[in-house]
Amino acid sequence: MLVLLAFAAFFIVPLVWLLIAPSKTDRQLLLDPPFALGSVNTLLDNWNSLVTFQGGLLWTWIGNSAFYCVAALAITLITSIPAGYAMALTEFRGRRALLAITLVVMLVPSTALVLPVFLELSAVKLIGNPLAAILPFSFFPFGVYLTYIYFSTAISRDLLDAARIDGASELQVFARVAMPLATPVIALVGFFNFTGNWNNYFLPYVMLPGRKAPIQVGLAELLSNVPQFNPTNAASTTISLSALALATIIAIAPVMIVFLFAQRFLVTGMTAGGTKE
Amino acid sequence: MSTPHATTVHPQGGGLRRASLRGASVERAQGRIGLVFVSLYALFLLAFGVMPSLYAVFLAFTKRGAFVGFDNFVKVFKDYRFLPAVEHVGLYLLVWLVSLVVLVVLLAVIVHAVGVRWLSTSMRFIYYIPGALAGASSVMVWLFVLDPTVSPVSFLLHALGFGSFVETVQADHLPITLAVIAFWTGAGGWILVMYGALNNISRDVIEAARVDGAGPVRTAWFIQIPLLRKWISYMVILSFAGGTQLFVEPRVLSQASRGVVSQDYSLNQLAFLYAFKQSDFNGSAAISLVLLVVSLGLSIYFVFRGGLFERV
Repeated sequence: MLVLLAFAAFFIVPLVWLLIAPSKTDRQLLLDPPFALGSVNTLLDNWNSLVTFQGGLLWTWIGNSAFYCVAALAITLITSIPAGYAMALTEFRGRRALLAITLVVMLVPSTALVLPVFLELSAVKLIGNPLAAILPFSFFPFGVYLTYIYFSTAISRDLLDAARIDGASELQVFARVAMPLATPVIALVGFFNFTGNWNNYFLPYVMLPGRKAPIQVGLAELLSNVPQFNPTNAASTTISLSALALATIIAIAPVMIVFLFAQRFLVTGMTAGGTKE
Repeated sequence: MSTPHATTVHPQGGGLRRASLRGASVERAQGRIGLVFVSLYALFLLAFGVMPSLYAVFLAFTKRGAFVGFDNFVKVFKDYRFLPAVEHVGLYLLVWLVSLVVLVVLLAVIVHAVGVRWLSTSMRFIYYIPGALAGASSVMVWLFVLDPTVSPVSFLLHALGFGSFVETVQADHLPITLAVIAFWTGAGGWILVMYGALNNISRDVIEAARVDGAGPVRTAWFIQIPLLRKWISYMVILSFAGGTQLFVEPRVLSQASRGVVSQDYSLNQLAFLYAFKQSDFNGSAAISLVLLVVSLGLSIYFVFRGGLFERV
């Protein structure tokens, strides 16, 4: 019991502290007890200093993240849902090979391909173009596998055959029979793709320098404007520690909100690979 | 893409032949639509999976387009930064994987044994929430936690003898620090997975053990944990492959600690420096390829030998 509570503290204390920190000044952070609340005025001050930092650069970063992640989400769904359906419920040449490759690539951490993809995209001069993040973000074999598992278990081939006997074309079978049943798996694939891409640091860091960076890269960039961490920095605009904490909260907010409602998704996704015991 | 219309079924002699003919053409139609449906994905697989890997192979074995055998590999292996990076990543993996296996299994078993429903549910919820933070933002949180001047647990850091952030992130215990950060972010999800697997163990088995006089500890050790083995190895393989790729944590810590954590701490950082600081794409490709081969090997082994996936 004590073990459980100790670990609960370990997991939750840093987050609680993070939520409190932006309401304090840096001086209060240093001197007050760690969990003493600051004031709303300080919170507003921190907010103002953050949103005016370099002419609202924070919003540019957030906007970039939203653009890359939403575009990638759309492409991911367009590519992976039909692919997973086809692998589960149709027969075509090379199906088993494609499935095996998908499984293998899905277990390779995506970071392993970041530098190879960077080398490739710099050979075709795409570095700095938003596509250099959006396209690799949209390659999502895990999504294809999830869709494959879903369609193999949730829909029987008989159901599709019945539709075919009723005269539906293959395209109609997909659009009218499979798609209406696919909402759960679309949500699942969307959840993993979006949260993964929003939190991705390495890939956009190498692909999109400067003002095109998404918020995760921007967050690390802010760090170099915090005097506590870079005392030699002579930049005129500096960011206080508490404003940095606020920036972190803003950066994680979208994913955090999705996460609060999606515990079930997480487990389904992590165990999707497993066959029943 | 049209299939023959067959709204009526003829009971006459010709019906059987027609049906099999129709079967063949349905199969053809399926084959066509199947290929169309996977084609876009296959294109992405080629462009962002297969081609970059092949291009990395090409770069790793050439120099200015000419084949040079293993020269690039020899060069990076001899780089004075290479072995320390391997050592750092290795140590980190060791600490992280051991703590992951021991603590995740322990916590899952205990949470599973808790009789009070709301308590068990809220524990699992609390454990998994930090999973929303990955990459730079989780390191950002830990920058604060690890800085004794502002940390919510500064008493702990002081007790460990750390008076400043720079002292907290000294190289000799950095693998432990990185493992703590990774554990904080990732363990909760795995606890949920193990908890789910524990729920799948039939009550009869547990009950039989209890009747035979096994206490909770013996039940866990002799019955529950052996039945979790598949999931534990899945967790270890995925975490090992992911851990070799270490990049963002040391990179942000390096930025925050004014270089106390070096820029070439991990292998991926070294590969990054080759490409970005030395403009040596061949050397960068060589390191990336080594990392990729490790991941790919583990993955292939697991898919075809691990027994967790249905045979494909």
